[in-house]
Amino acid sequence: MQIIEDGNTAAALGVRLCRPQVIAAYPITPQTPLTEKLSEYVEEGSLAAEYIPVESEHSALAVCIAASSAGSRVFTATSANGLLYMHEQIQWAAGARLPIVMCVVNRAVGAPWNIWNDQQDSISQRDTGWIQIYCADHQQIIDTVIKAYWLAEKVSIPIMVCYDGYILSHTFMPFDLPQQKKVDAFLPPFKPDYALNPDEPANLNTVTLPDVRVDVHGELAHGYMEIRYLLQKDTRLALQEAAQAEKRFAEVFGRGGDPYIEPYLCDDAEYIAVGLGSITYQLRVCVDELRREGIKVGVMGVRYYRPFPDKVIAGALKGKKAVIVFEKAISYGYEGALASDLKSALYEYLAGTGSLPVIQNYIAGIGGREIRTDNLTKALKAATKGRVAQEPVWIGLKL
Amino acid sequence: MNKDYIEIRWHGRGGQGAITAAKIVAGAAFVSGYPGVVMAPTFGTERRGAPVTTSLKIARSKIYDLSPIETPDIVVILDYLLLNEAQVTTGLKPGGIIVLNTPMAFEFYNFKDYKLATADVTAISVEAGLPHGMVNSGIIGALEKAANLLSMESLIKGIKEEFRTREPQKNVLAAQLAFERTVTGG
Repeated sequence: MQIIEDGNTAAALGVRLCRPQVIAAYPITPQTPLTEKLSEYVEEGSLAAEYIPVESEHSALAVCIAASSAGSRVFTATSANGLLYMHEQIQWAAGARLPIVMCVVNRAVGAPWNIWNDQQDSISQRDTGWIQIYCADHQQIIDTVIKAYWLAEKVSIPIMVCYDGYILSHTFMPFDLPQQKKVDAFLPPFKPDYALNPDEPANLNTVTLPDVRVDVHGELAHGYMEIRYLLQKDTRLALQEAAQAEKRFAEVFGRGGDPYIEPYLCDDAEYIAVGLGSITYQLRVCVDELRREGIKVGVMGVRYYRPFPDKVIAGALKGKKAVIVFEKAISYGYEGALASDLKSALYEYLAGTGSLPVIQNYIAGIGGREIRTDNLTKALKAATKGRVAQEPVWIGLKL
Repeated sequence: MNKDYIEIRWHGRGGQGAITAAKIVAGAAFVSGYPGVVMAPTFGTERRGAPVTTSLKIARSKIYDLSPIETPDIVVILDYLLLNEAQVTTGLKPGGIIVLNTPMAFEFYNFKDYKLATADVTAISVEAGLPHGMVNSGIIGALEKAANLLSMESLIKGIKEEFRTREPQKNVLAAQLAFERTVTGG
């Protein structure tokens, strides 16, 4: 059924379809309408979950960690400084291998205080051991939430489903609302291998020594390093499971594509714009404009940022003259994190082949600065004429 | 007006229901052969009574550009006093349509280069039995009369659906009366 709603509602409906058992969240703009919707669903009885109001984001994720450890399917959501306040628990959730799904409604971080969109919040959590998936429209939001639960529970790794604040969260557009029975067919109930049980008290994730040791059962237990190595190994392997999730989803719902990247007019393109989230759809309009001028340009949206689909991305960018990376975040002191990651992937697969593209890094839309499509087109066009600058170029900067 | 891609900017006050009105038009457009509809409210500054805008884009195919409308085909103004507070005609295409809720006569205004449509939606809505200041159903009738975009049938269906628990018949009547009484000119 096609409905017209905002992005937060798309997320809330997706969460409800996944039948979470515990939801804990603290409201923060622009995530607030999402958690309000979920609390309404619980109140009206259309969602049989325990909704636990908390006094902070740190507690929200702590509640999710506890409930997930006890075998519940859980959900939380946040933005910006709320996400930063969770940071300690974010690391914990990944180390504890809990399949938590969290929506990050992307917003600029303070200081100075700003409630508008950029992606500094989730990008700053890149190295926490969570899977990160970025969405470009409402269909992707609702579908990704559903796929995320399947994947998280398959690989025991938490997932952030990221979508741009306001630009997606508060904008209305049509999307297909999946049927409950199809979601139930796609996503079985959560049955963890181990769950806390009051009848058999246990400690989880207590002090774990640098080296392996024999545990109370006489078995050799992992040291900290083994546990952390397995998180890395399994996160890399999650790329394969992501493809499986996409395939199964397409079988049940009849839509889907490449799980990792979303290319548009890339095959014959000499220049490829790359980005995360809604800006990649806006860039399609720029690409159409420049194609009318005869410039062979395409755009590639990166859906999975962690684990990074380096091989697929390098394959898609091989032989291109230039890759133009548009980012709503920056690794202060260097460049956009996605640009660095792309360079790394291209070096790994293309170094010495003579087909390494030039990389141009643009920073745009920081703190909600309006990204005018004509300015975006100009920036993209300029980068097809040759390297604009070695340092990242901030689009629309008024200095 | 190019009827394959239409951009409508709504000017109202926080709490006046411009978003709801735009949402109803978006839904009616979607079921009337416009699979591309995007409605984006003003971001971050919604306060009761403060000037707010909402962008509505309607297209024959999916819309990928979610940036705010720069050059609207139509501006809809839910309160004539906003003419003194906001630049409501900024970017309006030459020959574009201004739909204005005002108690003043049509002849009172002079917008050269634009087509004006006026109705006293505030009074009409009260006549239809709605509380004073509820203008977001009525303004839809005025917009349809001025622009002839969709059909009153599809819009009324949308109004009934949106207001199903809040006086649907009175809201429909407000839209119908506004449609009948909207004054348009060159």
